[in-house]
This record gives sequence, structure tokens and C-alpha cells, in this order.
Amino acid sequence: MSADQSNTAPALKEWPLWEVFVRSKQGLEHKHCGSLHASDAQHALQMARDVYTRRQEGVSIWVVPSATIAASDPGDKGEFFEPAADKIYRHPTFYDIPDEVGHM
Amino acid sequence: MDLQATTTSAPIEYVLHLADNALILGQRNAEWCGHGPILEEDLALANNSLDLIGQARLLYQHAAQLLGRGATEDSLAYFRDVPEFRNYTLLELPHSPPLAATAAGDRDYATTIVRNFLYSALMALLWERLQDSTDPQLAAIAAKSLKEVRYHLRHSRDWLVRFGDGTDESHARAQAALDHLMPYTQEFWTDSAPETAASSSGAGVNAHELHADWNTLVDSALTEATLKRPSGQGYISQGKHGVHSEHLGFVLAEMQSLARAHPEAAW
Repeated sequence: MSADQSNTAPALKEWPLWEVFVRSKQGLEHKHCGSLHASDAQHALQMARDVYTRRQEGVSIWVVPSATIAASDPGDKGEFFEPAADKIYRHPTFYDIPDEVGHM
Repeated sequence: MDLQATTTSAPIEYVLHLADNALILGQRNAEWCGHGPILEEDLALANNSLDLIGQARLLYQHAAQLLGRGATEDSLAYFRDVPEFRNYTLLELPHSPPLAATAAGDRDYATTIVRNFLYSALMALLWERLQDSTDPQLAAIAAKSLKEVRYHLRHSRDWLVRFGDGTDESHARAQAALDHLMPYTQEFWTDSAPETAASSSGAGVNAHELHADWNTLVDSALTEATLKRPSGQGYISQGKHGVHSEHLGFVLAEMQSLARAHPEAAW
């Protein structure tokens, strides 16, 4: 090892987790398909290629460090999501469409 | 343009040399299946093996057609013995450092990566040239294989740099693997009768024409990896002439035993 390497960060003992998103041939958007451990972004992309696209699943890959994803707390499920459950008027199917309108 | 005049089949021995290279390294790399250092590398090496064995199949099918006499891809892969194989000696060596107690001892991933790098660097250049082969079958196989080997080169180069420019231990292992394997690459640059014949008909390439470009690929990676290129002199191995190390027999025994115990078996 060269001398200037002593100033760099120590080798990682644990590789960080990455979330993998793959866009399939026909798909319009990238879809989450799993996660893997890798030492950096380039490494994660190559591993994602080998793990998630070896059966022609994709034409494009994104990898995102899992730690950078802000996620809602499962404990907040009640106040976050349940109030929407009884607001059926938020769905267009709640409304009767007059026949004269035709196709909407 | 008269197609007849520009089309020549590659010499059978030349096609077999390319096929044996792909098959033997594919078989070697498949040894990691289920034993990879991490899940992702296990899959990566299995992908690499499947690419190589796929290349071998196409090449054996081509050779079998040229050979006639009832030869098939299976008869060429499973019913030839050590002296008939024409692969580089480099590709039959076990995944272990030179002084490992047994070939079946601890596999060393640095050895695997360095070999894949040295060979992929050659094949990335060779398949590129063979796309223009006067043998249309070989040109088509080259076009397909080039995409695969470019990924193999990228994968092995990436790890080579990570090992070389990594921890003290990974650096030492990568350097040891390089010191061990580099001398075997001398075999790439010596001519053989099938290569010379293939080259003069335009169906193949004399690998020594690729030496300068190969050096550039290798040296840039080694510099980035902070590894020291060994002089690479000494005994020149002769696998492509059919003179092999003691290791190939064991590879063939494992690979061929099933086909020989149950000839004509189908599944």
C-alpha cells in the first residue's frame, strides 16, 4: 500500500445496504425489486446487474443507499392512513354520473 | 461481391482451442457455485461460467460441423482426453496460490479474479477482431461473446483494483496471485500452427498481434490497483499444444465422469 493511503478511511468491515430499482423492457418506471450489500455505488450497480437482471428482467438499474430513504413509522399507521378509509367520496366511483355526460 | 471468395472456415484445431479455453475456465469458475465469498459474487461467477460454457457450446457445435464423422458438441467436450485439449494452461490451474498443499485446498478469490482479468483482457481484444473473421459462424460467435467478455473484464478489473488498492491482506493476496499467474500469459504470445493457419486465411488472429493493446489494458489496471507487474519470464506453458499441467486431468475427471458413465444419456 502506498503511504498516502494511511490517511484514507479504514476498510469497511460491513458493507452498507442498497435498495435496487429495475426498469423492465416494457415498464415505464423503475420498480423496487430488492436490496443488497455493497461497498459503493458502482459496486452496488454491478451486483444488482448480476443478482436482479440475469434473466433479462431489466434495461435500466437504479441503486439507492437504504439509509437515505426516509420511511414512515409503522407505529404511525393509525393517524397516517386510517382516516382515509371512510372518505369514500374521495373516489370518483362515489358519484353518479348523469347519462347525458356520456363517457368521462 | 463474391461471397464464396471471402468465406473460409476456421481450422478445426483453432476453433477447438477457443472452445476449450471457454469450457475449462467456465468449469473452473463454476467451482465457486455455492461457495462464493458473498451471495452476489457467487451469482456473478455462476453468470460468468454460464457465459463461458455458452460460448464453448457454440464453438464446439461449429467444430463438430466442420469435423463431421458424427462428432457432436458433447463428444468434443466429454470424450476427449488431456492431450487433445488445446486450452491455455493458465485456465486449468486451481483457484489456489502456487504452494497450496492440495489443489482442493482453500480457494483464493484473488487468484480467481486475477486469472479472469488476464484472460478477459485478451478475449475482449480477440473477440473484437474475430468479429471480422472470414468464417461467418466464428464472426457471429465473436459478436455475441464480445458483449459477455466486456462485462467479465469490467467485473474482474473492478475487483482487481479493490483488492490491490484495498487492505494490506487483499493487496498481498492480489500481488501473490499476479506473481503466480502472469508467467502463464507468455503462452498467449507464442504462435501455434492452428493460429498461424487461421490468421493467414483471415478466419482467425495470431494473438501476439494483440500483445501491445493487452499490455496497455493490464498496465492501466495494475497502476490503479497499486500492484507491481512481475517480469513474467521463465517457463512458457504449452497447454494450447496439448501439453498440460497435472491439474487438467482432475478437471476433466470431474467434468466428464457423468457423461462417460452414462453415454448417450438425455435429460
